[in-house]
Amino acid sequence: MLTKRIIPCLDIKDGRTVKGVNFVELRDAGDPVALAKLYSEQGADELVFLDITATVDKRKTLVDLVTQVAKEVRIPFTVGGGIASIQDVYALLAAGADKISINSAAVKTPQLIDELAKEFGSQCVVVAIDSRQMDGVDWVHTHGGRTATTLQSKAWAKELADRGAGEILLTSMDHDGTKAGFAMELTAAISGALPIPVIASGGAGSMLHFKEVFTSGKADAALAASIFHFKEIGIPELKMYLDEEGVVVRK
Amino acid sequence: MKVALIKYNAGNVQSVCYALERLGVEAELTDDPQKISTADRVIFPGQGEASSAMAYLKERNLDQVIRDVKQPFLGVCLGLQLLCTHSEENNTPCLGIFPQLVKRFIPSADGQEKVPHVGWNSIENLVDNPLLKDLPDARHLYYVHSYYATLGEGTLATTHYIQDFTAILHRANYWAIQAHPEKSSTLGEKLLENFLALPST
Repeated sequence: MLTKRIIPCLDIKDGRTVKGVNFVELRDAGDPVALAKLYSEQGADELVFLDITATVDKRKTLVDLVTQVAKEVRIPFTVGGGIASIQDVYALLAAGADKISINSAAVKTPQLIDELAKEFGSQCVVVAIDSRQMDGVDWVHTHGGRTATTLQSKAWAKELADRGAGEILLTSMDHDGTKAGFAMELTAAISGALPIPVIASGGAGSMLHFKEVFTSGKADAALAASIFHFKEIGIPELKMYLDEEGVVVRK
Repeated sequence: MKVALIKYNAGNVQSVCYALERLGVEAELTDDPQKISTADRVIFPGQGEASSAMAYLKERNLDQVIRDVKQPFLGVCLGLQLLCTHSEENNTPCLGIFPQLVKRFIPSADGQEKVPHVGWNSIENLVDNPLLKDLPDARHLYYVHSYYATLGEGTLATTHYIQDFTAILHRANYWAIQAHPEKSSTLGEKLLENFLALPST
């Protein structure tokens, strides 16, 4: 049976892993290559690297990091942050990334999703949605959550699937960093309506939250950062718990 | 040992190189027929679209080179599909090494099973074969695909997603794996190690 995926996320700034609360205050959580290797050995199913300082002059640092990770880890990984063109994607895939994740560029130029899917195949095109609720409506945000758009998250997710996105990485900005649980309704609404996998992100604080997002949240994968980086939940114990609770995971 | 990785317009060949490096083997990415036919092992990686990949192979006469290979040959992912007889992906006639047909997954009506099939899934119904020797207890491999090979002669292992499909194939000097062994942790590494350890022909 296909298993539910557990995905540690490494936010990268200047070559180091950091994790903020609600995208702002950043703390240093260590060497990304060492962390990646550790998670891979502990049974993480995939990894996501998000370069949150992805300026043009830092791009080479990211490509070097991707090369190092690709040499060391034996599980798939996705790289995102500042990707805006087919050339950016070429460079990251050539360095050994398995998938790329785009967000702001997809909002600015939706056609880019079609082009990337055609050029590289849907399987390596992950589109991230940073969603924030205002007056009961979920709105897409870009630029690391700083910029609101006029796109509604659910409609945008549908458009992404139609344009050939392979997976959606759905982050609830309201839940991110709170450890109060994933955005269950939003995740279930989007995952239940789409023919492509949805990775839930934002709000993981306990093992129960993972079980919930895989069952009533209908997520295909769940992503978390600080609870893994700061060893609040270990991946092996999380998998053991999920298995006991009847969620199919890779052991 | 000389390992040739067939170079064509497929994505992410680099991770196969790294996986082989971790096993102490250096592979050469090449589309030179001479180098392919004189290597000790040939690996046909893949990720991409069937019709453009077949067109690319034919333009360079690599389709014939692949059919003529005598040494142990391993197709991976799209590499497996192109070794089959026909793919539904843009109605593409393939290399015909294996009799299997390649079909598109149809998402289940309840929306529980989506397409592509992405993630870790288990291999089952294993047939005794040198490629599957001394496998670790872990039985999951990493998959990313929208098309699958049907069951049939030469199917060494199956995986279940929507229905049973061919996970691993073997005929003569050709082996093929639908999942990505280079990304499949301990089990994937063992499959690659077993492939490298096959007797040369």
